Amino acid sequence: MPDHHHGEDANKNQAAETDARRRWIGLLARAPGPAIETLAAHLSLPDFTRIRGPETGLVMLRGRAGGDGAAFNLGEMTTTRCTIRTADGQVGHAYVAGRDARQAELAALLDAVLQDSGRHGTVMAAVIEPLAEAEAARHALRARRAAATRVEFLAMATMR
Amino acid sequence: MSSLQPGFAAPVLDAQATFRAVLEAMGRPGRIIALAAHAPAPAPLNATAAAALLTLADAETAVWSDAGPVVAEWLGFHAGCAFTPRLDQARFVLVTGAAPSLAALDPGTEEEPQASATLIVQVEALVAGEGWRLTGPGIEAEHRLRVVGLADDFLAQWQMQRARFPRGVDVLLCAGERIAALPRSVTIVEG
Repeated sequence: MPDHHHGEDANKNQAAETDARRRWIGLLARAPGPAIETLAAHLSLPDFTRIRGPETGLVMLRGRAGGDGAAFNLGEMTTTRCTIRTADGQVGHAYVAGRDARQAELAALLDAVLQDSGRHGTVMAAVIEPLAEAEAARHALRARRAAATRVEFLAMATMR
Repeated sequence: MSSLQPGFAAPVLDAQATFRAVLEAMGRPGRIIALAAHAPAPAPLNATAAAALLTLADAETAVWSDAGPVVAEWLGFHAGCAFTPRLDQARFVLVTGAAPSLAALDPGTEEEPQASATLIVQVEALVAGEGWRLTGPGIEAEHRLRVVGLADDFLAQWQMQRARFPRGVDVLLCAGERIAALPRSVTIVEG
């Protein structure tokens, strides 16, 4: 294969890795802290050093009206971040909503462990997939509640 | 794999203590100040230069450094600062080896002399009570300071930059756990 194909493959792999990592970091950030704690309780997690935090601060949220409007500042959100390095040199980052320092630290540790190919599968199965299921269930529940209040305009027209 | 190290143990208090120490050093040119707070800095950065940069550098100050990629990664992570390959565009110039000429650094403008570079240079030792005679604002009579490990022609460079006051470069000397500062207003003569 010519060289430029290797380059494209490498880019695709990089993009796929970034997407996968974005998914688990997002799930860890959105899940309730105690839920992560419960799921991770059975794992043997490595020793780690705190590189930064956990520390709590504000992040400015920016929005766009309609997806193509001008960016505006929606408001500030309380966020807790943490960065750790495991004994074997993997660095994990976490930014979670709220003030739960323990969640931020655990999420950073899990991010580091998930980058280690030897442990990736175990942690995905034990923590990330259950979190994804729980999140899907939360979304489905909310969608059902919203659906119950939906008005069918077509039905109203035929009722007249 | 990464060798990323932690920064300050107590980021807010340590940065405040370091800022106070740097302020004291700049306000009393040539006086040697001990730094209480240090960060576990990656080599070749020493503890005081690391503390000074963690305190002073941020996302709006471009840093030029000769200390290599590990230091750049560490400083970029903890201070959030950007790095520039152009000496004359850096707000902070970190020197762990041979210092560039003062004339190569940004001296600010006549209208905004405060928009100049600060040279943070690691030296071997600072000795009070001998060597240079320093006079100027912040010094009642004179301060004596001997700096081990600066370029031989540093004094000549200093005299040249004195001529373009108020433009010029301020210098922060870091040795072990102690710092001393040479703001551009100070006059230095060989002792």
